[in-house]
Amino acid sequence: MSVIVKEASKALSRADERAPISSLAKANLRKIFPDHWSFMLGEIALYSFLILLLTGVYLTIWFKPSMTEVIYNGSYAPLEGISMSEAYSSTLKISFDVRGGLLIRQIHHWAALFFMAAMIVHMFRIFFTGAFRKPRELNWVIGGSMIIIGLLEGFAGYSLPDDLLSGVGVRIVAGIVESIPVVGTYLMFFIFGGEFPGNDFIPRLYTFHVLLVPGILLALVGLHLVLVFYHKHTQYPGPGRTNTNVVGFPLFPVYTAKAGGFFFVVFGVTTLIAAFVTINPIWAYGPYVPDQVTAGSQPDWYIGFLDGMLRAFPPLESNIWGHTISWNVFVPAAVMPGILLGALLAYPFIEAWVTGDRGEHHLLDRPRNAATRTALGTMTITFYGILVINGANDIIAQAFGIPFNNITWFTRVAVFVLPPLVFLATRRFCLGLQRRDRELLLHGRESGQILRLPHGEFIEIHTPISNEEKAVILSKVDIAAIEPPAATDENGVATPGYKALRRRAKFSRLFYGDNVASPTAAEIAAAEHHAHALDDLEVDELHEAGKDVPAQLTD
Amino acid sequence: MTSTSVRRHKATGLLVLLAALVVTGIGYTAVTTTAEAAPTAASQTQVDAGRQLFLQGCATCHGLAAQGTGSGPGLIGVGAAAVDFQVSTGRMPLAAPAVQAPRKPPSYTAEQVSALAAYVASLGAGPAIPSASDVSTTDANLAEGGELFRTNCQQCHNYSGAGGALSDGRYAPSLMRATPTEIYEAMITGPQNMPNFTDATLPKAQKQAIIKYIAHLQQAAAPGGLALGSYGPVTEGVVIWVAGIGALLLASVWIGAKVR
Repeated sequence: MSVIVKEASKALSRADERAPISSLAKANLRKIFPDHWSFMLGEIALYSFLILLLTGVYLTIWFKPSMTEVIYNGSYAPLEGISMSEAYSSTLKISFDVRGGLLIRQIHHWAALFFMAAMIVHMFRIFFTGAFRKPRELNWVIGGSMIIIGLLEGFAGYSLPDDLLSGVGVRIVAGIVESIPVVGTYLMFFIFGGEFPGNDFIPRLYTFHVLLVPGILLALVGLHLVLVFYHKHTQYPGPGRTNTNVVGFPLFPVYTAKAGGFFFVVFGVTTLIAAFVTINPIWAYGPYVPDQVTAGSQPDWYIGFLDGMLRAFPPLESNIWGHTISWNVFVPAAVMPGILLGALLAYPFIEAWVTGDRGEHHLLDRPRNAATRTALGTMTITFYGILVINGANDIIAQAFGIPFNNITWFTRVAVFVLPPLVFLATRRFCLGLQRRDRELLLHGRESGQILRLPHGEFIEIHTPISNEEKAVILSKVDIAAIEPPAATDENGVATPGYKALRRRAKFSRLFYGDNVASPTAAEIAAAEHHAHALDDLEVDELHEAGKDVPAQLTD
Repeated sequence: MTSTSVRRHKATGLLVLLAALVVTGIGYTAVTTTAEAAPTAASQTQVDAGRQLFLQGCATCHGLAAQGTGSGPGLIGVGAAAVDFQVSTGRMPLAAPAVQAPRKPPSYTAEQVSALAAYVASLGAGPAIPSASDVSTTDANLAEGGELFRTNCQQCHNYSGAGGALSDGRYAPSLMRATPTEIYEAMITGPQNMPNFTDATLPKAQKQAIIKYIAHLQQAAAPGGLALGSYGPVTEGVVIWVAGIGALLLASVWIGAKVR
């Protein structure tokens, strides 16, 4: 044993002479991270990304990114002798003739769906707990950018096999690019190297998919993690947890073990799904031929909301100086996504402007305590969900026997009606929870035990809440809504920027105006005193009558 | 779901009474008018039997002389193939007015179907029921069938033959239960929303290749595992959100559970 220790320490000192290994390890391995299951959602995305890198390398060994026409003579009989691109034929080869090829392809594709879904679930957690607030705005922007880039990367991967389904998707993208006024056609010719589909697109997309974008993503993932390390992880409120400390466990050995284990769980679940459930059966779609299309052509789920927007938009076109501008494509497929994704990235800055909150936040918000933010979140999810449903309108029409025109019309109305309703309902719900918290602090929990006192009065015994619960509820920070400034000062001079300030005060009132104030220390003390005074009287009375005294009254 | 509510509807009694009156009236006229259809290749007795069945079950919508009415198209010249396709797949007679006649268990026996087909064929020349050699796929090329299927069929019936939605609640049905004869008949008669593929646009050999490819789709193994109804990426998205993210959320709750 001692020999091993001696040898190990010798090796370490040799390493230390060349790089500051042990001092770095000493400084970082004991770093404390708070514990909560929802902090592992981002890890799912990280591990899916690693799985994508590993399986992607395997696939590049056989995939041929070429649009050269070949005649297929592999082992999939229904395509025997059919003319197709080399990209498609090599994907068939991976699926049917390479050992483990189909499984790896399916793991790669399922992991891509996981990657996108996990990033979005992780974003929900960050959003609803306000973890994006100062100093973490930049990390929110990095995360949001990764979702947008992941969307492009996923679409590129979906398109590479050059099967009929993906070819239809590429055709739609070409149409979207063409819909951009003035430069659209030039841009489309630039991207495709001429008319659609041309011979350049797949090789170009390949470089984009396996080199450029993964490189960018990897750099962003690294930066994202470094910033998490640098800012320290946020924590949920609880006893002893403040804005200036971190309560949790050390990175080594607790989180290295947990994270390492979780990686294998993620890899295992992905592999199981890939082993048992088909994804993207490119052999069944056939090779891409521009004059063919299949019913039920659909993008992967993360593109669905864009498709839904495109399908719902009314058919508007105008002709300006002999040039057709297809608003029905340009607005839903280029302008709207730009606005939506831009708003997503800008949200931390928008909220900071509205609330005027410039402080650092390391303690997470409970979603109910930021009622308006939570309501904005559920509103956006509703909006997004309706678009996803409309993106699948033909599949839903077929599966449930509803005319898809009805789904489209439902969408056109619902995108305007449902999100505001959900906003109002969520906000009410949150304010109700705030009120309940206040009640809990002041009066405790209704125990359901009714006590009849000797003189005949009935009382319900209230159980005070635990200190942990108290700490969680008391974490709420009351922020006063910004008051609109006076229109003119005492000398009658107009306040500079009055309108903007008034607008901001309005937003601030929306955010904080209806918040239920936490009870003050005096109120809590008064409530406690009140409860105890009553309890004492009752205890005396019960004693006098020679009755048992319930434990809650004597606490 | 709707059958009980339809039965209890206020107007149901009135409608049943009306229907009974119409059937009685038509039955009466059917008995009193004389047949004038010319006998064809099918035996006269078969045609007569078909006519009886037609007057009882079809004439309400298609007219007493199959000339068509406001509620159903004329059937003169549609041929035996159309009758065989519609009646043997249960699409006709309609159970209720709908945008499209769904496939359902047939209401007539095979013998009655041939009698009806013989009667309608006797009204005017039209495509005949394909023979066994017409629908034979022994000489057909599977890959060519796939190519033709992708060019001509899948834009409505889906790449896997699972069917697809058309506008306003119409749909292209699933091909998973269609027999070679039914497929052939559908191609030569163009039922409901389907275009008609005459031998000029799609020669017999190509029809046979398509039938061979559909037969392959019906029994194709799914090399990648569960095919999820062959609906494509939408069901894949449902799987990743429900089973995938669901499982990993459970796992993270498990790993993140506090040890007390």
